[in-house]
Amino acid sequence: MASLKEMRNRISSVKATQKITKAMQMVAAAKLRRSQDAAEAARPYARRLASVIANLAAGVSGDGAPALLTGTGRDDRHLVIVAAADRGLAGGFTSSIVRAARLHIDGLIAQGKDVKIVCVGKKSTVQLRRLYADRIVENFDLSAYRQFTLSVAQPIADVVTRLYEAGDIDVVTLFYSRFKSVVTQTPTALQLIPAVVDGSAAPATGASAVYEYEPSEEAILETLLPRNLTVQILSALLDNMAGFYASQMTAMDNATRNAGDMIKRYTLEYNRSRQAQITKELIEIISGAEAV
Amino acid sequence: MAKLHFSLVAPERELFSGEVDMVQAPGAEGDFGVLANHAPFMTTLREGRVTVKDGATTKLFDIQGGFADVGPDGLTILAEHAVEAA
Repeated sequence: MASLKEMRNRISSVKATQKITKAMQMVAAAKLRRSQDAAEAARPYARRLASVIANLAAGVSGDGAPALLTGTGRDDRHLVIVAAADRGLAGGFTSSIVRAARLHIDGLIAQGKDVKIVCVGKKSTVQLRRLYADRIVENFDLSAYRQFTLSVAQPIADVVTRLYEAGDIDVVTLFYSRFKSVVTQTPTALQLIPAVVDGSAAPATGASAVYEYEPSEEAILETLLPRNLTVQILSALLDNMAGFYASQMTAMDNATRNAGDMIKRYTLEYNRSRQAQITKELIEIISGAEAV
Repeated sequence: MAKLHFSLVAPERELFSGEVDMVQAPGAEGDFGVLANHAPFMTTLREGRVTVKDGATTKLFDIQGGFADVGPDGLTILAEHAVEAA
């Protein structure tokens, strides 16, 4: 058994760790609130944009439709964007996103498709590089940004459009963690290209029939689609950020509780051996006195 | 006079949402004004100022690029970047 001094040291070291995890939990909780607000504030824009595009897409069809909307008509070359955290200590946050992405990627590879990967976030880069080093075309480190705005999402969208316009990819899927609530974040796959038009977002036909367009329907759609790409990436990043802090908060809460359990166990053990030692000393003294 | 439902949305947040009398906005092919019951109309926007008039009060917003959608349910401006002007 460890000596009393060793045990004292162990208890105080666990206490110090507990203080750190407690502080991290509180910081994460504060940041969670802010990033949750940011994620929610960004939703009206994304929703409106999606419904406008659905509206427009219903009217534009056939040859005039931009390629971003209809896709190349093939399904051979895939680009997978994996967006996860830049930092760790958040439980299984990054792993769960990467796991979902891996399932998808391995499935595509098994079908003999060509897969390229764009990593967003330092941690996802680290995890994916081990498996698919030669497939990663680009990675983004967002740890320098404290707030996500359109200008953060823009470079990622630029890479996608560049590859797409060069004809290197047919289908683009984005993996991120959808923020449902503080306790549930689900890894989600979102298909960016060809754009998935949500038919339910469009108003009933007939209402949209007499729209007047300035400049033309196609020109508007052509400017809106790239922007929609950026906005979708941005809202994924914002969801991720909120999910990350929620996940970190939970993980740190668990760590704090575990540290508390450990302290309790060690203190009990410490007190027990301290008492045992006192008893032993007393017996020695008493039996020494009796011998005289 | 009938009121027009107007909302101004930037990617980061919604700047304005409510009933107003009139909105003037810088369309790509010229400024335009929207009153209640405007015909359905869609346009891209250039950089400029959006004027929102409601009774005696006037609100100004500076926007950079974006998109306006006039539908049966009012006017929606999706601005790439927008701030309320003093």
